[in-house]
This record gives sequence, structure tokens and C-alpha cells, in this order.
Amino acid sequence: MVRRLLPLVVVIAAGCASTPPPRAWPEDSPAAQMQVLNRVSWGANQSSYAEIARLGSARWLERQLAPQPGRMPPEVQARIDAMTISQRPVAELAGELERKRLALQGAAPEDRKAERQALQEELQGLARETQTRMLLRALHSPNQLEEHMTWFWMNHFSVFQYKGPLRALVADYEERAIRPHALGRFRDLLGATARHPAMLLYLDNARNSAGRLNENYAREVMELHTLGVDGGYTQRDVEALARVLTGWSLDLSGGELSRFYPRRHDASDKVLLGTTIRSRGAAELDQALDLLARHPATARYVSRKLAVLFVADEPPADLVERMARTFTASDGDLRQVLRTMFAAPEFRASLGTKFKDPLHYVLSSLRLVLDERPLAEPQPVMGALARMGEPLYARATPDGYPLTRSDWASPGQFATRFEVARGVAYRTPGRIWAEPLGALSAGTREALAGAAATPEWNLLLLSSPEFMHR
Amino acid sequence: MNRRHFLASLPLLYSGRLLAAPSAPARFLLVFLRGGYDAANVLVPVSSADYYALRPNIAIPKDAALALDGDWGLHPALAETLHALYGRGEAAFIPFAGTEDTSRSHFETQDSIELGQPAGNRSYASGFMNRLARELGAGRGISFGTQLPVAFRGEAPVTSVALNMAAKPAVDARQSELIARMYAGTALAAPVAEGFAARDALMREMGDEMIAANRNAIAPGAFEAQAQRIARLMRGEYRLGFVDVGGWDTHVGEGGAQGYLAQRLTELDRGLGAFAGAMGEAWRDTVVLVISEFGRTFRENGNRGTDHGHGTVYWALGGSVRGGRSAGEQTRVARASLFQDRDYPVLNEYRSVLGGLFGRLYGLDSGALARIFPGTTARDLALL
Repeated sequence: MVRRLLPLVVVIAAGCASTPPPRAWPEDSPAAQMQVLNRVSWGANQSSYAEIARLGSARWLERQLAPQPGRMPPEVQARIDAMTISQRPVAELAGELERKRLALQGAAPEDRKAERQALQEELQGLARETQTRMLLRALHSPNQLEEHMTWFWMNHFSVFQYKGPLRALVADYEERAIRPHALGRFRDLLGATARHPAMLLYLDNARNSAGRLNENYAREVMELHTLGVDGGYTQRDVEALARVLTGWSLDLSGGELSRFYPRRHDASDKVLLGTTIRSRGAAELDQALDLLARHPATARYVSRKLAVLFVADEPPADLVERMARTFTASDGDLRQVLRTMFAAPEFRASLGTKFKDPLHYVLSSLRLVLDERPLAEPQPVMGALARMGEPLYARATPDGYPLTRSDWASPGQFATRFEVARGVAYRTPGRIWAEPLGALSAGTREALAGAAATPEWNLLLLSSPEFMHR
Repeated sequence: MNRRHFLASLPLLYSGRLLAAPSAPARFLLVFLRGGYDAANVLVPVSSADYYALRPNIAIPKDAALALDGDWGLHPALAETLHALYGRGEAAFIPFAGTEDTSRSHFETQDSIELGQPAGNRSYASGFMNRLARELGAGRGISFGTQLPVAFRGEAPVTSVALNMAAKPAVDARQSELIARMYAGTALAAPVAEGFAARDALMREMGDEMIAANRNAIAPGAFEAQAQRIARLMRGEYRLGFVDVGGWDTHVGEGGAQGYLAQRLTELDRGLGAFAGAMGEAWRDTVVLVISEFGRTFRENGNRGTDHGHGTVYWALGGSVRGGRSAGEQTRVARASLFQDRDYPVLNEYRSVLGGLFGRLYGLDSGALARIFPGTTARDLALL
């Protein structure tokens, strides 16, 4: 393979608007391309490998950073388009469900059981659609980084679908608050999530009003979404931000779901992180979110979290620092931050060493065995994720799922994971393509040689130490 | 002779050894209520006028609380198990317990507790339950769930098992052997082997029930059914257990004598009862410690709920617990005694309290206790 060997230039001056030209990678071998694919996508398969082999890693990454719409296989797109969550506006859907709920509220528990059950089933149906859409996109979209980042931000700004009517809202939250900004600006993600009814409900800001403060969202937005727990805020800042947030609530009666209620707003001046926020109603929120999004602690916290997903459980401090500088210089342009990371030698040196959390494990095994065959039965996949401890949209706590080896490489996880592997292996006709696992260890080769038949060979491949890592 | 008094009259040094045969240490189950449960509505300060003044909508009325002593009552949802155990002298409360961590962050404080290390110098490589397992050298540690909690991280081999496993495993013995061999010599060899071992132990203990339950998997959160399975495993070879129970972060509409918190407590109470019952004779040498990362604000908030606070209440349960009382340093519950005019203070720092408990339970000397909880001195609250 002949390639121009260009020096690896680390993008630090990311504040400039121009996009650096794609650089070819030194030693961009097929094995390295497979590793890039395993790390950046939801898992390598034959069709995605064909693409990266054709483009080379650098151009493939650039294409992933600038996803073109409409690349979804038509059959899969048609399934998504036919869903209720695609067909009906969320305000209409949520409003209708709320009216049904209110109508049942007065009835005695033993009455109108059928209606109650129907309401629950409707919510469950919406939740199934939302999860199915996620699985279809993750498994079949050629824009793998966009799907990966959509999940990452859903997990960063995590909501729990079983709280209140959230099952009717999560699809819209993902579609309008998260996905359009997944490779965009951090500040846009922060603003969109702060105002979305799913977040307003999940972290109780819908109930936060002057004289009756609820500090749940105010605390978590600083601890989990922006500054990080060591980001330098105090209990006073939590209370100040809670007062800024008073009055931001919902209206499930139709129209726009989120609303600012001026009469519920705390009209005093607030001091947040040393900056005075003068009383001016709804406009205070953007001022506060600007402060949080541009705080140096946020640049570090978000950069580090991205590096934990894409580089290492304990990412090199120097790399995180460079990413944070890009974050600050570009005013939180996530594409630039990711570019800095992908161009870093630390990124390339780390390939193949991240332990897969259950979602990465399940999706990578399905992408491998399905490739271009659309997922037919999403339900068992949802079940497997739940058994492994990482069900979609169902992290009960607002921190989102962790992504390090020590969080997941536990005995109970392995026993369950091998059961899931067996389920996939025994439904796969023929031997699974082993190339994405790279060079196999002697132990794995020996075990495979001892396999009694093809399904067992597949089970061992998916259970191997090589396939546990990305 | 009353067993409690008999035990209490023995010198401290021997109490641990008496509870169990030398080769089989006493059983210890840590129940972690994730989310910061509202301790003030569980161990109710019935004699505090401020409690009733500051919780106009959610306080447990004095006549609804189950009587404990002049100062404390118990949430009525805990009648079946906890109140009965207290009456039998097998449950003690440790009010004003907690950590020095004042971040009021769930995750930060949970990690501090599970690591059990001095503030300012933390390593995520080692949790206190693992260090306890290492000191004991026998009686294996098990976490109930697919994840290993931070408390169990470390050098001693510990395991975890998913309690919602419904059917017989489909990966057979030969395949398990082949899989384990692929991991031989890798960093993951131990968890893979431990995982198979715990799975097989669960199969042995559950036997036919497991197969019969094929259509009857335990729903997540069904703590009572889980507790039965926990007891089956802890009656056997696993003597250090850890289980999470979630759903305590009651910012909105937590209810009072009835309502959301009451429902969670009822479920917990039933689970603890099921566990104690299923332990049978082994309940005598078992201690269950129920903890949470922090208490909640002493005042109710604007939404008939409570926000993140500081001091909380731990519960110690077991056949040999010197119960029927509140242990540790106490103060009057009143506005004036609140931490930052907001929360219960912490008067009983958890590392010293747990150190004292482990000293009693296992007869560990101060050197061993200092290895489990470095930089602190064990405080003996005579819980056993």
C-alpha cells in the first residue's frame, strides 16, 4: 500500500473557521482501519469496512464528522417513517395522553381498568418505537459517528423514560434536542435540553417556582452536564441557578410543550459563579447557560468525557487539555474537539483497548452478524440490554451509564454476556466474519479449534477476550 | 438466658469468634439505598416541634408513627419487619450517621462511602468491602446485580450474580470451560471464572425452582423476590453481600404516612423480612446494615418533597444485634442543631462506625481495621 506519509499535525488552533484538509495516516493498514471502525462506529462489519478501506481512515473520519443526510437504507428508513413517533407531532401526542390520564384520575382504582391498561400500552408502544428507532439507526446508518454521538449525548443529558409521561417525550427529546446538535455546538445541546419538556419533567424543574424552589435540575446541570462535581460551584450557586430557573415549566394542553411562566419566576437578582444576573425574566436562563457552557471547567469536563468514550478509561491529561483548549477556542464546537482527538497520537495508540459496555457489546455483535440485513426483531435486543444492566432510555439516575472497564467487567456481567452471545451465535447461519477481531490469541484460536459445530464456533468468537474490546 | 444479654456480657475480643465457627466468618449484607432516602420520615423525631413546623405537608403524624421511644417513632410502612425486629431487640438505628462529604452529590458521596478512604486522597482501585474480604481471607464476597459496586473493587476475588436470571443457563459446562480457557492468563480471567462459579452456585441453591421460574422472571425492583435469592446464596458459601435498592430521590410528592415513599418502604420492609426468614438459623450470625449516601433537607421543599441533605440514619439488623435502641452520639432534633440550618448533622462518621462494627463482628484488631478504613479510628457502638 503506497501512501504519502504526512506528519501528524495536531489541531490546536481550532478557533479558525477553516476546516483542515484530511490527512492520510501513517501506517493506515487494514488492521488499523478495522480498529478505527471498531472504536468510532458501533462496530465493524463487511460493508463499513469496505467504505473505510476505500477512503482511508482520515477521509472516512472526515466524512463521519460531516454526515450527509439520506444515507439510511430505504427499507429501514421506511420502517422509521411509519412509526407513530415519526407521524404525529409530540405536542399532540403528549396532549392527548395527558387528557386521557386526567380523565382517569377521578375514577376509582377498580373502575375503567381497560382504559387504564390501554393508556399504559400506548405509552409502552411509544417506548418500543423509540428504542427500535435507536437500534435501527445504530445498526444500519452509514453515519455511524452521528449515531454514536447521539447516544453519547442522550446518555450525558440522560432522562429516565419511566418517570411520568416521559415515554411520550423521549423520541422528540432525542430528535429535536439532541440529534441535530450531536456534532454541533455544546451550547446548543445545553440550551435545547434545558428547555425540553423531557428534561423539565425528569429533573423536576417543571415544579420549580419562586418561593417553592426545587434545586434538582439546577444541581445536576452543573454537576453532570457542564462543570463537573469539582468544577468549583457551591451550594449557593445551586440555589442561585435554581432561582434563575424558576418559572420554566410545561404546558401539556397543546401547542409548544415548554413554557416560561413569568409569574412563577423569582424576580430578584442572582449571583451565579461570581457573576451577577440581573432580574429580567426568561432572558436570565440564556445568560446562566452561557456562563456554564463557556466555563473552563466545562471544557475540561466534557472533553474528558469524550475521551473516556473514544480513547481510554483514564485518558491522558495532556490530550484532555488539548481538547479542552479546542473546546474553548471554538466556543464549544464539538466537531473541532473530536477532530483534535482523532488526530492525536494518543487516540491511535489506544485503539483496541477499550472494554465494551453492554450496549457496545450487543450492537457490535449484531452489526457483525446482520451487516446489511435489517434487524427483524428488536424486542430480544432490548431484553438483553436490560439483563446486562444497560437498558435504553432507562438509566434511573441522572448520571447516565458509566463507560469504563471497572464499571462493567464484573463476574455477573460476563455470565450474562456469554448467555447473550449464545443467543446471537445460535441464530446466525454460517460462521461469523472474524476479521474485525484482528489477530487472535493462541488461547482463542485453540478454543475455536475445539468447537463442536458452527453455532458453538460463533459463540466462542463472540465470547472471546478480543471481542470484548474495541 | 436471653441471647442478647449473654452476648453482651462477653468480652469484646471473643464476641466475633463466638458468632461463627473459625473457618466461617459471620455473614454481613450491606443494603445501599441509592438516591438518599428521607431518613427524617423513616426514623421520625416525634418529639420535635420543629419537625412538624418545617414539614407541614409531609410529616408523619405522631399518632401514625409506630412507637419506639420518647423521641423517635417509625414510619408506619415498616410495621411488619423493621418494627417487629426492633421490638425483639434485633434492630438498632444509628441516627446522625454519614460522611464528611458535603458535596450533596449522589454520585460523589456514594463513591466516597464505597471507597471508604480518607478525604482528599482517593483511589478507585479499592473499596472497603473488598478490603474487608481480604482481611477475613475466607467467606467470599458477592454483589447481587450485573455490576460490581465500587465498594467491592480491589484485589480480593469477589463475584456478582444477576438475580433476575430466569432460566437455566444455555451456555453448558463444556462451553463454559472452553470460554474460561480463552481468558486464562488475561486480566479478565478471575471475573470470568468467578462469574461462572456464582452462576453455578445460584443454580445449585435454586435448583428446581429456577427451572420452574422460567416463565416467571423477577421484575427489576421486586426486592422481596430478590431477597429470597440473596438469602439462599448467603446461607451458603458467600458471606459478604452487597445489594442496591434504588428509588429514594424524592424531590417531588414523596407523601407522608402514605404515598410514594411509603410504598418504597413497604417493599423494602417485605424484602428484609423475606431475607431474615429465609436465612433461618443463620440469621443468628448475620448482620444487615442498611445505609444511604445522605439524608435529605429537614424542611420540605416547594413540591412536597425534600432535596439533598447531609446526615442520615443507618439501620443495623440481625439475630445478634443489640437492638431495640438508637446507638451512637445523639442530639436533639431541632432547627438549632441542623447542619447549615438545613440538614441533620453527621455525629457518627460512617468509617469509624463500620470499623467498630467489623471489630465486634469479626474480632478484627486495630491494625486490620486500619487497613480497611485507613486514617480513622474505629468507634465501637456495641452494636453486637
